[in-house]
Amino acid sequence: MRSPEMRRRVLGEYAVTGPSLLWMTVFFLLPTLIIFAISFRSRGEYGGIGDQWTLETLKALRYPNYPSIIWRTIWMSVACTALTLSIAVPVAYYIARVSAKVRDTVLLLTIIPFWTNFLIRIFAWKSVLHPDGLLKHFLVFCHLLPPDAVLLYRPEAVLLVMVYTELPFAILPLYAAAEKFDFSLFEAAMDLGASRLHAFFRVFVPGIADGLLSACLMVLIPCIGSYVIPDMVGDKDSMMVGNVIVKMTLEHRNLPAAAALSSVMTAVMFLPLLYFLKGKKQPDGSAKPAREVV
Amino acid sequence: MSMRRSHFPAILTWTVILFFYVPILLLVVNSFNANRQGTVWMGFTFRWYHELFSAKGRDIWRALSNTLIVATLSTVISTFLGTCAAFALHKYKSRLQNFHYCLIYTPLVVPEILIGISLLIFFIALKVELGLATIVLAHATFCTSYVAMAVLSRLQDFDMTILEAARDLGASRWVTTWKVLVPIILPGIFAGALLAFTLSIDDFVITFFVNGPGTTTLPIQIQGMIKRGAMTMINALSTLLLAITFLVILGCQLIMKRSQRNAG
Repeated sequence: MRSPEMRRRVLGEYAVTGPSLLWMTVFFLLPTLIIFAISFRSRGEYGGIGDQWTLETLKALRYPNYPSIIWRTIWMSVACTALTLSIAVPVAYYIARVSAKVRDTVLLLTIIPFWTNFLIRIFAWKSVLHPDGLLKHFLVFCHLLPPDAVLLYRPEAVLLVMVYTELPFAILPLYAAAEKFDFSLFEAAMDLGASRLHAFFRVFVPGIADGLLSACLMVLIPCIGSYVIPDMVGDKDSMMVGNVIVKMTLEHRNLPAAAALSSVMTAVMFLPLLYFLKGKKQPDGSAKPAREVV
Repeated sequence: MSMRRSHFPAILTWTVILFFYVPILLLVVNSFNANRQGTVWMGFTFRWYHELFSAKGRDIWRALSNTLIVATLSTVISTFLGTCAAFALHKYKSRLQNFHYCLIYTPLVVPEILIGISLLIFFIALKVELGLATIVLAHATFCTSYVAMAVLSRLQDFDMTILEAARDLGASRWVTTWKVLVPIILPGIFAGALLAFTLSIDDFVITFFVNGPGTTTLPIQIQGMIKRGAMTMINALSTLLLAITFLVILGCQLIMKRSQRNAG
């Protein structure tokens, strides 16, 4: 038997939890589950969803070039994450070691450009990489490029802009981890005869392992979901799963196929997502995602 | 520190900062460039700004007003929902709250494209007509998560035993709530609302899926202009938006400095 006091507490909990719980169930959980269900539906007339249950939509993922697009999505995301982290780790190291004034300036300078709409930043890159753009002229002038080279509309351009977009999301959590790192350990290692490079990789990098892992996922997951960057600076050889989902939705009006691809994307990301939820089950201060800081 | 340091991290960091700003600076310069292609400098002009404010730019201003309507409505909804959620998560520890926390947290780490496509299919399955209303519902959903996190971190920073102290000293439940609790968490709610507003204004991917005919928001409009190659007007518009952003950040910093000085 519950006492009136406890019943009131439970009622109070329901009253405060209710609004957001219901809203998120209806507009987040339900739509996500529906995606999986629709993957087994046939295609309806007029771009709708059919009435029959079928495996055809999922079977259609074998051809024509889906496996290669899924593979490209994975390797591009992994390459972007690796590049981003290898730049962000030394940057975080630098920010953690300089004077407070320089540190605040660098952090502010890192955040400010990302207050502008990200379409505009991608568009800015389009004009930098333009066939008649400044960068091309400069590289041709330095004899680093033949005059007929193309910078825009290729997978490398997509990778470059992805790294540009994701860098702050790696720098900030890595800096947060580096700030807590005890640099006397680093100096102790060097006093004991380790080279600076050795100390960096064997003492500093393991010391910020937690930040490294969360930065890694913070970059990897949005990369897998990329759509706008390949669409704007890539060609058909840089299409990623996100582009196919949009194509299926808007051009082919084939919602079940789009749903099936989304299910595949969710499946690819399932393990990283699980890490986030498992690590953050108990609400505490560390649960604040780095994306929120920006 | 006596130890000789490597210059590599410093050089890399400042190169990265340069890397961040070069495209943006080029865009600002090009907004005054008479050359339509923006490749080589052909003289200074205000022409693109004139175009932006003439009949040619009418669609942009309509899109801006749609954006502001959506941002305002979704901020109001998500601030209410997110604040309730943060209170519940902070106050109660139960299985229900674990589930609640997963529901609030997951949208922060799921790629936007999945949120967009699943909401689109959801709305189509329910035969809901796409328009401003569906955009507001979608924005309110992901903004709720951000507001909840902002308010929650504020709640966790404070020692809530002062609420008990207020009650012990004879304050009623009502007075404790409005005179003690609300003033404490108000900055958290305000920060969350501001975050929701900026995220809503900025959102492209989710809006792209759930917008309907005639309900273009500013990011959707910008994407259309980029696709059509209307470069010059976007340069001018981006420069204006950049200037506004910088002024807002500067203003916020000044206000923060002043309130810090007043507090101290």
